[in-house]
Amino acid sequence: MAQTLLQVEDLHTQFFTSRGVVRAVDGVTLHVDAGETLGVVGESGCGKTMTALSILRLVPDPGKITSGRILFRGRDVTKMDDEEIREFRGNDVAMIFQDPMTSLNPVTKVGFQIEEAMTAHDRFTEKLAKGRVVELLKRVRVPAAETRVKDYPHQFSGGMRQRAMIAMGLSNEPALLIADEPTTALDVTVQAQIIQLMKQLNRELGTAMMLITHNMALVASLCQRVVVMYAGRIVEEGPVEQIFKSPQHPYTWSLLRSVPRVDEARKDRLVSIKGLPPDLLNPPPGCKFHPRCPFVIDRCKVEEPELEEVGLNQTARCWVLMRNVKEEDIDAAKQSALSRDAAQKLKAVPPAEVGDGSAGR
Amino acid sequence: MASAVGVAAQVDWDVPEQTGLWQDAWVRFRRNKLAVAGLTLVVALVIIALGARLPATPGGLWKILHLTGDPFQQNVINTLAAPTFQHPMGTDILGRDVLARVLYGSSISLSIGIIVQFLILTIGGSVGMAAGYFGGRMDNLLMRFTDIMYAFPDLLLVLVFVAAFGPSFWSIFIAIGITNWVGLARLVRGQVLSIKEKEYVEAAIMTGSSPIKLILKHLLPNSLGPVIVSLTFGIPAAIFTEAALSFLGIGIRPPEPSWGVMIEDGYAAIFADPSLVIFPGIAVALTMLSFTFIGDGLRDALDPRMRR
Amino acid sequence: MIPVLFFVILITFVLMHQAPGGPWDREGRQLSPAVVNNLNIKYGLDKPLPTQFWLYVWGAAHFDFGDSLQSPGQHVSTLLLESWPYTMTLGAVTFVLLVPIGIGLGVIAAMRQNSIADYSAIGFATVTASTPNFVVGLFLIILLSLGLNRLTGGTFYLPTGGLPEPYNPFQLQLIMPVITLGALPTAFIARLTRSSTLETLRQDYVRTAWAKGLKPRLVVMRHVLKNSLIPVVTALGPTFAFLVTGSFIVETVFAIPGIGRSFVTSIESRDYTMILGTTLLYAGLIALMNLVVDVLYVFIDPRVRLT
Repeated sequence: MAQTLLQVEDLHTQFFTSRGVVRAVDGVTLHVDAGETLGVVGESGCGKTMTALSILRLVPDPGKITSGRILFRGRDVTKMDDEEIREFRGNDVAMIFQDPMTSLNPVTKVGFQIEEAMTAHDRFTEKLAKGRVVELLKRVRVPAAETRVKDYPHQFSGGMRQRAMIAMGLSNEPALLIADEPTTALDVTVQAQIIQLMKQLNRELGTAMMLITHNMALVASLCQRVVVMYAGRIVEEGPVEQIFKSPQHPYTWSLLRSVPRVDEARKDRLVSIKGLPPDLLNPPPGCKFHPRCPFVIDRCKVEEPELEEVGLNQTARCWVLMRNVKEEDIDAAKQSALSRDAAQKLKAVPPAEVGDGSAGR
Repeated sequence: MASAVGVAAQVDWDVPEQTGLWQDAWVRFRRNKLAVAGLTLVVALVIIALGARLPATPGGLWKILHLTGDPFQQNVINTLAAPTFQHPMGTDILGRDVLARVLYGSSISLSIGIIVQFLILTIGGSVGMAAGYFGGRMDNLLMRFTDIMYAFPDLLLVLVFVAAFGPSFWSIFIAIGITNWVGLARLVRGQVLSIKEKEYVEAAIMTGSSPIKLILKHLLPNSLGPVIVSLTFGIPAAIFTEAALSFLGIGIRPPEPSWGVMIEDGYAAIFADPSLVIFPGIAVALTMLSFTFIGDGLRDALDPRMRR
Repeated sequence: MIPVLFFVILITFVLMHQAPGGPWDREGRQLSPAVVNNLNIKYGLDKPLPTQFWLYVWGAAHFDFGDSLQSPGQHVSTLLLESWPYTMTLGAVTFVLLVPIGIGLGVIAAMRQNSIADYSAIGFATVTASTPNFVVGLFLIILLSLGLNRLTGGTFYLPTGGLPEPYNPFQLQLIMPVITLGALPTAFIARLTRSSTLETLRQDYVRTAWAKGLKPRLVVMRHVLKNSLIPVVTALGPTFAFLVTGSFIVETVFAIPGIGRSFVTSIESRDYTMILGTTLLYAGLIALMNLVVDVLYVFIDPRVRLT
């Protein structure tokens, strides 16, 4: 029985710059149910972070939410007054950001920063909050939590800082946690640990999560459903297994193709997506992806498609759809980013072992 | 490369061009109205200054064009006159044309202010580069030296220096130069240090690039921006110092009409005719303001973080 | 700090003696060579320069700064002590006023970026910072003393104002000198605070603070200001130095019998001991202030501490 926590309806967030209006979020509709983890995927600049910031009404100048509704448990966030939104932030919905180094105040103790997240909402007294900080740090597996509480951010390692951010986000037991690229700024070994941690926390606490990332592997590990964004719009949405098995939008397909997969036959080559993300000041007509699409047809260049049902709970925004593309065209489009030799060498490497990251530094 | 049906090898639209840092900066500078206004005024001042001194007759070009009078010619009959057509800014206590003197004074302020920056660049730049490049004991030594210079209240040293070598254009020039290089030295040193640590420089050193090449290819383009900004802000500071010195009676001596001298003269007669203080005062303020606006504009235009 | 002071003495000493003429020339009357000679011997000026130098250093180390050459029989220290309170009051009052005003202006301008408040604050600050302080002072005199006088059509001379009796032991007319001296540093601090605060407001951790749902006052005080004021504190050292040098000019314009003014006259009259003494005093003060700022910096920025 999925209880919908968050319902975003036709959200438009625009930036009014001296050079024109940038439609960063251009009609996004999505929802997150209690306890589930939703992945939001796309390249940098596709609007995923802005969508998240819009949910918390933290859109920076010169941006504004221009239309749409954001319903959390039925209440419209866009219509809340200052005091209501302040109570809402960090409490009902919490957000953790991409770069833990710059996201923490460098001149304030880490423990205090977590503490103030709690005291801001009158749910915990100062004394209680202080105690809880240590508990929280322990829960996110920060070693020597009691002494670490008095440290400053620069004394923490990257992974530990991100754990501290997670602790801060979860401190008020929010119903929904939005995580914006939580592992991007960390190195690979630490990434695995953080992913493990998040899985665990999701199990233990039942917090719903909206995971924003461009890393498909992360989505595969953590999410039940995924939403793919491009140029401020959703281009595909559906359950993770389905999307991974049969992506219908060429962009989704290209994203999946551009990641080497352990389970795939070695002969499949990596695909790189040509071109640059569209200039949101001057977007292309028709389908916004068409200049870079390997399967573009004439209709794509003039008419923008709507989101259509393409499977059970799966929607996509495309005139062509992958299932209609001929096999030989798909093969031809799989352009190799590797040379022949490198591909041969890759074949010789045994598949990696994915083990449990050990806790700790 | 395999080609496929529908492979969009060509992109139909124009991807915005990546412009270089300098063109980008110029565009941004142009958008800053204050900076442009400042630049315009400075250009006008340079023309005025040149015209006031060339040809080398009193009053220069402007006198020849009958736009103004002779800055040195006294006329005891017509002292402290109010502005008239013949003397648009009136006359001073010795009957000299104030406008001519103000125009002449621009040449003094501008030349000291701008040219001294070269001296500052030379001293500060070398010290900073040497400290940053060689590091270690040389760095320590040089930094100690700059600390000493820093502890000196600069006006004090300038006063003593000018008193020592007599008040003349050159002594003031050198005095300002040797007291104001510390900021630039620190800036340059910081730039050198931060660039030294970049990997591509380490790579270049390891492959045996000569230091000169390193400086030219890596150091200069990166540090040019902040250095230019610093020097631009140094100009009004130098102008201020010269004016202050002259005002205190230790700088340029009359009858040379530096603005500071004019203000000093005007101070004596302030209750009789305040315009003697007002005109040169506004001149100095406007000049310093223009350079400040230009400096602000440059700094914002060259700030790499502002590139979206 | 000591080596710094040593070099300060050295440089001043060298420069001083470069200056043509000596302390006995400016009297307006020619002293006979015999008298000059005697005076030189009395004050030890006949000795070779290096000896003079070391003698001075030795004396300075024992806090003996010799006698003023222009005012015979008076210790330099005494003279300095007499003028000190005037300069001190002027400087202290200015400093105490300019810091909160400057910071306040800067913060307001930053928080209300691109508003009328911002532009006027910045405009005012820029114009003030770009006008020589003596010009500001003179304009003030013209405006207030002259202008108001003319306006009220009478003998209205704005009392340059000062602190009320019991608080102002030196009977100093302070308002105009303080404004003149403090205008530029205030403007500078305001600009610095504004740009630093603007920069801080863009930082990710400020966004985190909002995302946590903190009250706006807390966000500003704990997260924004705590960071943005760090460079401002660092700038207080040079600001202090500027107040020191500014005092030369302000004291001259407003005829305040402080150290700055006496310094200017001692240069003109080649009063070597006064020159050295004053220089030492100023340099020492500045070095001390910079030291205080450095120490303060360690307290406010935990990244700098050695763990």
